[in-house]
Amino acid sequence: MTHKNKMKKYGSLFMATALLTGALAGCNTDGDTSSSGGSGNSASDVIKIGANLELSGGVASYGSSIGDGAKLAIEEINAAGGIDGKKLELITVDNKSENSEATTAAIRLAEKEKVVAMLAPATSGNSVATVEIANKYKVPMVTGSGTSPNVTVNENGTVNEYAFRTCFIDPFQGTVAANFATKDLGAKNVAIFADNASDYAKGLAASFKETVVANGGTVVAEEAYVAKDVDFKSTLTNIKGKNPDFIFIPGYYEEVGLIVKQARDLGIDVPLMGADGWDSPTLVDLAGAEALNNTYITNHYSSEDPDANIQKFVEAFKGEYNEAPNAFHALGYDSIYFIVDAIKRVDGDITSEAIQKQLAATKDLSLITGTFTVDEFHNPVKSATVLEFVNGKQQFNSKVNP
Amino acid sequence: MEWIQQLVNGISLGSIYALIALGYTMVYGIIKLINFAHGDVFMLGAFIGFYAIARWEMNVFLALILAMILCAVIGVIIERVAYKRLRNATRIAALITAIGVSLLIEYTVIFFRGASPSAYPTIFETSNFEILGVKISTQSILILSVSIFLMILLQFIVHKTKIGKAMRAVSHDADAARLMGINVDNTISATFAIGSALAGAAGVIFGIYYTRIDPLMGVLPGIKAFIAAVLGGIGIIPGAMVGGLVLGVVETIVSALGYSLWRDAAAFVILILILIIRPSGIFGKNAREKV
Repeated sequence: MTHKNKMKKYGSLFMATALLTGALAGCNTDGDTSSSGGSGNSASDVIKIGANLELSGGVASYGSSIGDGAKLAIEEINAAGGIDGKKLELITVDNKSENSEATTAAIRLAEKEKVVAMLAPATSGNSVATVEIANKYKVPMVTGSGTSPNVTVNENGTVNEYAFRTCFIDPFQGTVAANFATKDLGAKNVAIFADNASDYAKGLAASFKETVVANGGTVVAEEAYVAKDVDFKSTLTNIKGKNPDFIFIPGYYEEVGLIVKQARDLGIDVPLMGADGWDSPTLVDLAGAEALNNTYITNHYSSEDPDANIQKFVEAFKGEYNEAPNAFHALGYDSIYFIVDAIKRVDGDITSEAIQKQLAATKDLSLITGTFTVDEFHNPVKSATVLEFVNGKQQFNSKVNP
Repeated sequence: MEWIQQLVNGISLGSIYALIALGYTMVYGIIKLINFAHGDVFMLGAFIGFYAIARWEMNVFLALILAMILCAVIGVIIERVAYKRLRNATRIAALITAIGVSLLIEYTVIFFRGASPSAYPTIFETSNFEILGVKISTQSILILSVSIFLMILLQFIVHKTKIGKAMRAVSHDADAARLMGINVDNTISATFAIGSALAGAAGVIFGIYYTRIDPLMGVLPGIKAFIAAVLGGIGIIPGAMVGGLVLGVVETIVSALGYSLWRDAAAFVILILILIIRPSGIFGKNAREKV
């Protein structure tokens, strides 16, 4: 009997809790709809753009940087009168750097907030998690820094209709680095020392090799390492024995810092080059400023680029946030202008389908991180910036076209 | 010339393994415990050295000595808190505890400073000696001389001092040693102190040589040092030195042959082979263990 009573008691407790949560949840949704309903009434003079960003969690710095860049762009556009008198509204949702949260956030933006387009998460993984939602709700998404080819092209090789990006894809940097090595530096015999544990580095190495060979160079050594290694001296000694006049090292700064240092210790003084994976202040601590001389990276942009538009952006950003914008800030800023440019070109009603068509048709759009033309795989064809390390500081070297 | 260069590379790496392996082998020799937390004491040594040099602006040798002293204290605390009460427990219980201590140390450090790596400050400008086309950096020479000095010091302690005698006696037969009036507990603590101090020194040297340190850096070198100890004959001090150097050179040769992705695998193949062919190690006598 007592057991049964207990059950009853727990049962009612459970019911009460369920009701209470239901009521609270109800309140919550009510609050939400009323707030969004407010702007919904005036939908005719507000264009909503969603932002599904990493504002907390493991890669929060990427997401918040993109968000800051995007906010600056929105403010500028609104201050200049918006689009045909309509103001832009950025609706930001935190995806906590998690795939599942990113998916939920995308559903919320598409279904509840009814945004016409959205910024997709900063990382490739989180962006891929939202592609399906973008396609399902037919809301175009633009990732600022998701560089994996899989964001815009799915496994079967078909294009994800509603996915776009403002950054270049990983293999592209390998091509640019190869062109820089063979054409600008005149390298003939190159070596590759790649991180074998990341698809990023492998993609770069493959495209680098292909382009070098196409440009008439020879790959004299191809070696690999695994992330978390600390001793690269034996492999570097091997590479040195092959007398390369240029070494390409696609990888991340944690290992690259040590590789650069150990290479210089062994007397390897040829130019070394990497990609945006090198871009971290820790690289300079690990390698030492002197060892980094005569090394180059490809990156999305440089705040020291003398281009007038870029300097205008850098000044505006400094005025707002008191720091020089990094590549993520620039990509976030560009993503908004990329979307806005497409919206401006829409004839008639501004619907997400119409925006998608215009995004895919973007041609020669001049933005901070380059001049954009969207290709058939929804990737931007644009120039990359080559930076050189001079006494531990990144200096603008040149722009290389694909 | 390339091969002499590779040998220099291998010996530099091997002397770090050897320093860590010494502590492993001493602890095993005396209480038959595979101290998996040893690699983490090595990591703590690296961080103590890092803070001493970068934050408190100490001289390298003072930092090295400070790291050794603090690691010795940490080693004794670990022994007193975690292992002492398990002295008569099964060996598997002690082994599991060692793994627990290892994880505790790693994640405590991560809790306090995060998991991102730190870079050792540049201590002296790396100047290279060039002998017959072989580049030898001042750092390699420093590592090698400090390692050799510590190994000679250890040999001296074990063979010429009273505590060394006690350690050898306890290692041979703890009960008989106790009957002879040797304080077994203190001797074991001394063993942990010396072994941990060596690991601490290895940590600082590792930081100076390889620059990057992080809270999980002790895991792989710890296992490598264990392999080195087994290779030389676990419990035998000269065996640990030779095992460490051999392992360092073998790994380097594997990389030099172009199989750099196989170097860790090579270390484990050595472990498996030695356990199959000669479980007592290079220096071990083929004696059956007492039950």
